[in-house]
Amino acid sequence: MLILTCPYCGVDADETELTPGGEAHLTRHGPGSSDDDFHDYLFARDNPRGVHFERWRHTYGCGKWFHAARSTDTLEVFGTYPAQTTEPPKDICDKISGERPGWSWRIFG
Amino acid sequence: MSLRLRDGGRLIDRSARMAFQFDGRSLTGFAGDTLASALLANDKMLVGRSFKYHRPRGVVASGAEEPNALVNLAQGGTFEPNQRATTTELFDGLTATSQNHWPSLEHDIGAVNSSLARFLPAGFYYKTFIHPRPFWKHIYEPFIRQSAGLGKAPKDRDADRYEHFYYFCDLVVIGGGVAGLQAARVAGEAGAKVLLLEQSAHWGGRAPVDGGEIDGRPAEAWVTDTLAVLEAMPNVTLRSRCMGAGVYDHGYLLAYERLTDHAPQADGPRHRLWRIRTQQIITATGAIERPLSFAGNDIPGVMLASAVRDYVVNYGVAPGQRTVVVTNNDDGYRTAICLKQAGLDVPRILDARETGGGALMEEARALGIRIDCGRAVGKVQGGKRVKSVQVCAQKGSGSALEEVACDAVAMSGGWSPVVHLWSHCGGKLVWDDVQAHFRPDADRPPLGRSGQGFVAVAGAANGALTGAVADADAMARGVVQAIGLKPGKGIAPAETQPEELPIEPVWLMPAQAKTELKAKAWLDYQNDVKVSDVQLAAREGFESVEHTKRYTTLGMATDQGKLSNINGLAILSDALGQPIPQTGTTTFRPPYTPISMGAIAGEARGDIFQPVRETPMYGWNDSNGADWEPVGHWRRPYAYVRSGETVHDAVMREVTNTRENVGLLDASTLGKLIVKGPDAGKFLDMLYTNMMSTLKPGRCRYGLMCTENGFLTDDGVVARIDEDTFLCHTTTGGADRIHAHMEEWLQTEWWDWQVYVANVTEQYAQIGVVGPKARAVLETLGGMDLSAEALPFMAWADGKIGAFDARAYRVSFSGELSYEIAVPASRGQAFWDALLEAGKAHGIMPYGTEALHIMRAEKGFIMIGDETDGTVIPQDLGLNWAISKKKDDYLGKRAQERVHMTDPDRWKLVGLETVDGSVLPDGAYAVAEGTNANGQRNMQGRVTSTYHSPTLGKGIAMGLVKHGPDRMGEVLEFPGTDGTVFKAKIVDPVFYDKDGDKQNV
Ligand SMILES: [Zn+2]
Repeated sequence: MLILTCPYCGVDADETELTPGGEAHLTRHGPGSSDDDFHDYLFARDNPRGVHFERWRHTYGCGKWFHAARSTDTLEVFGTYPAQTTEPPKDICDKISGERPGWSWRIFG
Repeated sequence: MSLRLRDGGRLIDRSARMAFQFDGRSLTGFAGDTLASALLANDKMLVGRSFKYHRPRGVVASGAEEPNALVNLAQGGTFEPNQRATTTELFDGLTATSQNHWPSLEHDIGAVNSSLARFLPAGFYYKTFIHPRPFWKHIYEPFIRQSAGLGKAPKDRDADRYEHFYYFCDLVVIGGGVAGLQAARVAGEAGAKVLLLEQSAHWGGRAPVDGGEIDGRPAEAWVTDTLAVLEAMPNVTLRSRCMGAGVYDHGYLLAYERLTDHAPQADGPRHRLWRIRTQQIITATGAIERPLSFAGNDIPGVMLASAVRDYVVNYGVAPGQRTVVVTNNDDGYRTAICLKQAGLDVPRILDARETGGGALMEEARALGIRIDCGRAVGKVQGGKRVKSVQVCAQKGSGSALEEVACDAVAMSGGWSPVVHLWSHCGGKLVWDDVQAHFRPDADRPPLGRSGQGFVAVAGAANGALTGAVADADAMARGVVQAIGLKPGKGIAPAETQPEELPIEPVWLMPAQAKTELKAKAWLDYQNDVKVSDVQLAAREGFESVEHTKRYTTLGMATDQGKLSNINGLAILSDALGQPIPQTGTTTFRPPYTPISMGAIAGEARGDIFQPVRETPMYGWNDSNGADWEPVGHWRRPYAYVRSGETVHDAVMREVTNTRENVGLLDASTLGKLIVKGPDAGKFLDMLYTNMMSTLKPGRCRYGLMCTENGFLTDDGVVARIDEDTFLCHTTTGGADRIHAHMEEWLQTEWWDWQVYVANVTEQYAQIGVVGPKARAVLETLGGMDLSAEALPFMAWADGKIGAFDARAYRVSFSGELSYEIAVPASRGQAFWDALLEAGKAHGIMPYGTEALHIMRAEKGFIMIGDETDGTVIPQDLGLNWAISKKKDDYLGKRAQERVHMTDPDRWKLVGLETVDGSVLPDGAYAVAEGTNANGQRNMQGRVTSTYHSPTLGKGIAMGLVKHGPDRMGEVLEFPGTDGTVFKAKIVDPVFYDKDGDKQNV
C-alpha cells in the first residue's frame, strides 16, 4: 500500500487510488522495426532490485499518468514526475545519486 | 484439579455470576472471566484434542498465543470455529463446544492415531500416503479428510454486521502495557495525534501481575494514573479490544476492533477494521513466554508459568493445587511465589541452571519452597491430566531421580519479544545471546517512502524485559522528533524490580533426552510437531527453516507458531550444528492473530457488495419481465418474459417479432466516447485498424480496435460529428476500459497531439428501433426526416423525433432496418414510453440481449468476448476488409506481422450447422485425427457462439476452425460432455440475408 504524490494534482495518493502501468520510459517500436526490437518493446521488462522507474495513473483522482522513481527493495520513493517526458528529471536523478552512488537504470544513471 | 480460589482475581466481579455452556454442560463463571479462566474454575482441564494424534489438550497460555484451547462459539448465524478461549471474554449465555474429537471429548476414537504415531512422522503426507496408488481415494483420503481441520465451517449466513473505519494520525502505539502507555504519554505531551491500541479489554499488560514499582507506586496504580492523563489529552485516542493486526508499506496499518464479542446483545457492528495511515508506529507488544521441551509437556495441567500466575492474580483461579515449577530463568520464580502466597502447594522448583537464580530465588526459598538446581523434568506422567513429574538431571538423558506427585506444571523457557508487527514490513531481527531471543535490530527498521524508518519498538517487545518504561520513554522521544515535534522535558519514570540473573537457554529438557522422550516432547501443540520431527527433517536434508516449517508443519497452525517457532528453530539449529542466527526465523506475516472474514469484508456484502449501473429504463425493464443478465457493472434484460412463457420462449418470440414487425432495444449501456480536437482523426487512425480520418461528418463507420500485441480488444460504430469531433461507440463492458486505453496513449505516447476524450456513456439513453416497421413507428411520432434518402444506411442526423431532441444513427446489428436513437438520459423513459405507444399498432415489443445475440449471429456479426478471447486477431475472423492497407501504422499492426500471427494454420472463423438441426454445445471442440505429445486427442477448432435460430428453425453456430474457410461443406465432430458427439457442417458464417437487402431499405 504505497503512497505516491501525483505531480498533477499534488495529492498524496494511496495506492488504492492508483493503477500501476509497469516500466516507464519504453520506446515504442511500430511497423518497420526488427523482430528483436519489437519483441523487447512488447515483452522484455526490467525487474531490478533497487532503483526503478514506473508508470502510474491517478485513476481515481485526476486521471493523469505520471512516473515514479522508487526503490523496489526499500520502497523509498525518490520522486514523481509527469509522464510527458522521455527521461527522468535531473533533480530526481541527482537525489538518487546522492543516496545511491553509482546507480544505473537502462541508459540512465 | 483446577479450581476457583476463595479470594483474589483483580479482573473478576464475584457479585456478577455468568451462566455458560461447554459441550452442552451448564457451568458458571464471573463477569471479567475469560472462557479459559471460567473453564479452569470448573476443573475443565481437558478442553480439546490435538490435530494429528487427537491427544488430550488443556489450556496452556492466557492470551493470544494459546494453541490448544480453541472452541466453536455460538450457533447458527453467529457460529464461529477456532476461537481462543483465552481471549474470549465470558458473558451470560455463552455457548461453546470443544473441537476435533469424535464421538466426544472424553472418549475419542481418533486418539488411536496416537498409537499409530510412528506411522505419522514429519512429512507423513508426502511419504505414507503415496503408495499403493488406489489406496488414496478409498482409504487415505477419507481418513485424512475426517481428521483434517480443527473447528467446523459455519453453515449459516453471518448474522452480524461489520464495518471499516479510516483513520489518519501521527503515531499509532500498539500495545497498552506500561511501555505503550509511557510511549503514548511522551508523544501526546509533545502534541502528536496519537492512537493507542490494546488488544485485550485491560490496560497495563503484565505489569500489574508481575509486580514491581514505577515512580514509587505499585505498577497497577501507575497504570491507572497514566491512563487518566492520556484520557484527558484531546490529541490521544485510546482503544481497548483493538489489536494492531498488520503493518504494511508506507505507514499503512490494519487494526481489528472487537466491539460486541463480549456483549453480543449490544447494538452496532461486531467488528471494526481500522484502516490507518500513520507517520510512525511504536510497537509495544510485549513478549511471550516459551514452553520447555520435555516429554509430556502437552498433558493438560502443563502450562506456561506466566499463564499460571495470570490465572491466580487476574481471575482467582488455580490451575492446580500442587504445582511443580520448572524454569531456566528467574522469572519462573514469580509463579512459585505467587502460588505460595495464594495458599497453594509448590512441591518443587526445578531450575535447569546449575547455580540457580538471584533475588527471586531467595524470596521463594524464604517462603519455604524446595528448589532443586541443575534439575529438569524428565517426563510428565498422566493422560487427561497431570499426575506427577519424573525429575532428572538437566545434563543427563532423562533417567528419573525421583517422582514428584503434582496436578500442574508451570514451565518457563524464557521470553521471546513479540516482533511480528516490526517484521511485517521488513524490520530485521538480531539474536540476543544474553537473553536467548530474537529482538528487533533498531538499525534495520521497515522504511517509509522517505527512506527513513517508520516503526520503532518499545519495552519487552524490544528486548527490554526489565526497564520497559524507560526503554519506551527513550524510543518515544526519538519517534516524536521523527514526526517533527519536540519531546517534552519530563524524565523517564523510575522502575523498581528485583535483580535477575541471566537465563540459560534450554532447548531440550533434559539436554541429552533419549529418543522416546524426544518423541513425546511437543514443540507445536496445535499441529502436533515434536522435537523428533524437526530432528528427522534435518536428517532428511531440510536445512532451510522455511522448508522445515512446511515439511513438518511447525508453526503453520492458527497460532502461527507463537509458542513453537523459537524452540523449533533452536532444535533445527542444533541438529544442523549451526548457531541459531544462521538458521534464522521464518517470515512473520499479518494478521498477528486471525481476524474475522466479516471484518475484512466490512460493509461490502449483500446489495452493496458491488454497485449496479442502471439505465434510464431500468425500472421499466424490471417491472416488465426483465430476466436480468450482468454485463460489466450493468444489468441488462436477457429477455422480457411474459406470464406463461419460459425464458427460451420469450427469446424466440422477441427474435421473430423483431424480424417480422419491430423490436425495441435498451442500448443505453453501449459506451459513448467523444474524441475531439484538431488531431482527433489522426488519433483514431492509430486506435482503429481501419481508416477513420476519411469518414465524412454525418456518416458512421464500424471499427475494430486492437491492443499493441495485435489482439482484438473492442469494436463499435464511430460517427463523425464534425471536422474535429468523433463519437466512438464501444461495447457495453468496454467503455471505461477503452476510455482508459485512449487516455493512456494520449498522455504517455502522443502527448503533443491535440485531442481530448470524454466519456459520455451515461449522458444519453440510447434505444434501438429495429425491424421492417421501424421507420413507420418513428414516423408516427413525427419530426425529422428519417427516409432512406434523408438518412441512408450508415448515416446519422440530429433533429426532433416527436417532442424529443434526438440523434438518430442508421446502423444495424440485426440485419434489419434499424435506427439507434440517442436522447438525453433524463428523457429516456419518456421516449421509450412514446415509442411503445406509437408502435402499438405495428406490434412493437422490447427485446433483450439474447435476441440481440441470435440476430447478430444469424448475420454472422462477431461479438467481442465470444468470437474473441484475447488471442484472436481480426484476420482470424475474416475481418480483413476492416483493416486499412493504406495506413503506415495503427496499434497492433506490427504485432500482426509477427510469424505466428501470419501462420496459415491459425484457426479461422466459419459458420457451423449441425447436420440434425440441434444446437452445438457452447465452447465444444472439434476433434482431429491422432493425439498430441501428451496423449490427448488433437483438436482442429472450437465453437465460439451457438444458438437456436427461430428465423431459420435450426441450430446455428460460429467457430474457429483450422483452415476453416477452405473447408466449406466438410463435417466436423464435436464431442459433448455427456458422451454424445455432435456433427456439424462448415458453412458461411452469414446465415441470413447475405446481401444486406433488409437493413438497407
Ligand atoms: Zn492526480
